[in-house]
Amino acid sequence: MKDQDIILKAENISKQYRLGLVGTGTLSHDLNRWWSKIRGKEDPYLKVGEVNDRSSKGSSQYVWALKDINFEVKRGEVLGIIGKNGAGKSTLLKILSKVTSPTTGEIKTKGRIASLLEVGTGFHGEMTGRENIYLNGAILGMTKKEINLKIDEIIEFSGCQRYIDTPVKRYSSGMTVRLAFAVAAFLEPEILVIDEVLAVGDAEFQKKAIGKMQDISRGQGRTVLFVSHNMSAIKTLCTRGIVLEHGNIVFEGGSHESVEYYSKLSSSNSYVEAIHESYGDIISELNFEISRGNIKPDASFFIGDDMFFRLGFKVSSKMKNILISFNVLNYNNELISHISNEDSNYILNIEEVNSSVEICIKTDKILYIPGRYKLNLWIGDSKSNTLYTVENIFNFIIEQGNYTKRVRPLPKHSKVYLHSNWE
Amino acid sequence: MNTKEDRWLYTISPKQSLIHLNFKEIWQYRDLLFLFVKRDVITLYKQTILGPLWYFIQPLFTSVIFTLIFNNLAAIPTGEGIPAFLFNLAGITSWNYFSACLTGTSNTFTANQSIFGKVYFPRVITPLSVVFSNLLKFGIQLLVFICFYIYFIFFTDKASSAMPQMAILYLPVLIAFMGLFGLGFGMTISSMTTKYRDLSFLVGFGVQLLMYGSAVMYPLSYFKEKVPEYAWLIEYNPMTTIIEIFRYMTLGIGEFSLYKFIYAGSISIIFFLIGLIIFNKTEKSFIDTV
Repeated sequence: MKDQDIILKAENISKQYRLGLVGTGTLSHDLNRWWSKIRGKEDPYLKVGEVNDRSSKGSSQYVWALKDINFEVKRGEVLGIIGKNGAGKSTLLKILSKVTSPTTGEIKTKGRIASLLEVGTGFHGEMTGRENIYLNGAILGMTKKEINLKIDEIIEFSGCQRYIDTPVKRYSSGMTVRLAFAVAAFLEPEILVIDEVLAVGDAEFQKKAIGKMQDISRGQGRTVLFVSHNMSAIKTLCTRGIVLEHGNIVFEGGSHESVEYYSKLSSSNSYVEAIHESYGDIISELNFEISRGNIKPDASFFIGDDMFFRLGFKVSSKMKNILISFNVLNYNNELISHISNEDSNYILNIEEVNSSVEICIKTDKILYIPGRYKLNLWIGDSKSNTLYTVENIFNFIIEQGNYTKRVRPLPKHSKVYLHSNWE
Repeated sequence: MNTKEDRWLYTISPKQSLIHLNFKEIWQYRDLLFLFVKRDVITLYKQTILGPLWYFIQPLFTSVIFTLIFNNLAAIPTGEGIPAFLFNLAGITSWNYFSACLTGTSNTFTANQSIFGKVYFPRVITPLSVVFSNLLKFGIQLLVFICFYIYFIFFTDKASSAMPQMAILYLPVLIAFMGLFGLGFGMTISSMTTKYRDLSFLVGFGVQLLMYGSAVMYPLSYFKEKVPEYAWLIEYNPMTTIIEIFRYMTLGIGEFSLYKFIYAGSISIIFFLIGLIIFNKTEKSFIDTV
């Protein structure tokens, strides 16, 4: 890696916050700080502080929202920053955009940083769209001359030509956002910091916005730091990613690997547990197993393996034609497959009250791309009324294996492996 | 090693010098200053019927009331040949500019936290824009004052001894002092209110009290004559000095000396610098405490 390619470098960035109410004891803490400063000692409150875990109650009043963050960004790179709520993403962006200063550490840059933490900052409802373009542009660091050159493009991009001389308070919220994003899209800093702005606007505009961001990074070679919970946006836009957890960088790498790491992180912590929900108490005592070739329950498969599920439950009343289906979702929660007992004309009738059911289900070769998957179960009566659902009934991993003869990994953003014979 | 470090355009770090004013940066953002002023001016009286007329109404009515209460009822003398109304209008016009600057800048951080929390620009632009947009308001009120001045001189014989002095050439400097004083005071308060909200309550009635202590509706000489033991309190208030000088320049009454002029000027500049230092110290991390 050539040294001069690095446009931004963060060194040991930490940020400490005080919990609870500011106000009680503020004065005494301030005096304490001041007193130790006079005596040339270190800030007594810098030594305390705990890892910032939102859910567990700590003893200290001080937490580290960020702790010793180090990273480098190269020119023209699009860096995605992902993490759960409270992992420190926004704090990092705030420090980068100079809204707040770090408690310790330094960020060095070789370019102007402009930040887009929220679109429409400083919009004034009483002013017209055109006036607001100037005002907002100036707040974001453009000069009047620059805006004059681009105003027609901005108005065109926003698609609000008709309303441009109407006060912004008469705009719909979507129009406000369009106008605001349009201003921001024509900023020309070397480094652009963006937080979740794509979560707004309709589908057409989102597409436009993502396209514009790709232009910015690829076409114009500018550097973008991008925070989002939208994993597919991260994957399409970013070239590299970092994953934050509790104020630390826990992963750094390609954007696909980062997204995958992040989803493992979130699935290993919270939603690996199956969530059972029964409607009407007709079905109970549900048990489920998955196995490879009838050996033992297993959570790891290779491409081309067959899967065996074993499903058992109790039904309390007589029923005709029970419907059972499974959804297979990938780590992005995208539906990959839907399988059902109707697929093989399997009809399940319950003739007696309180009878137990045991079903074996076998799938043919799974052709999913390596990654993490989960299974949701749905059971309903013949009229498709839900009787029982289980979310996350099973999590499993697909590995590449040797069904495909290729040695290199399959592209992560492909969805399904299609077996082919070459002659 | 040194040359390697120099390549960075700038660094973001927790260290801060006492006065960190990047004039180059402020200059780059001059359009923003202009646009903020424009925003303040055009949006202030939107959806009002009288609109900019409010600029005139407020000082006029205050002067009328002051004249009724303090001059007709309490019989405070305003000097031979000076109409009480004109005297009050002069005091109120100059006082208004100072107090508008003070109150307008004193809530800089709390009123703008949504913008400040989202995007960076030199924060000092915001209080500066308040001072400039109030300057426009002051200009309009000064015009009103001049109109009444002309009326009293040419259409009545009440203003026989009112006479602008040569010192009026220094009026722009005096206005700058008012602005700087209000700005410095306001910036100090706005910085401190980020942590301690008590001050925002103080400002509201503090400004009102200060008006009574700034010789707005009475001449300093009359106060000295009536309450000599507390007169120093009023006399050393820099706003008294500024208002007295303003009345001297325009009407030719009140106390004026170069020494007083310099006193008012240096106090204003000191307040401005103190305000700037505290403001700069606050702006880096106020978003965490506000």
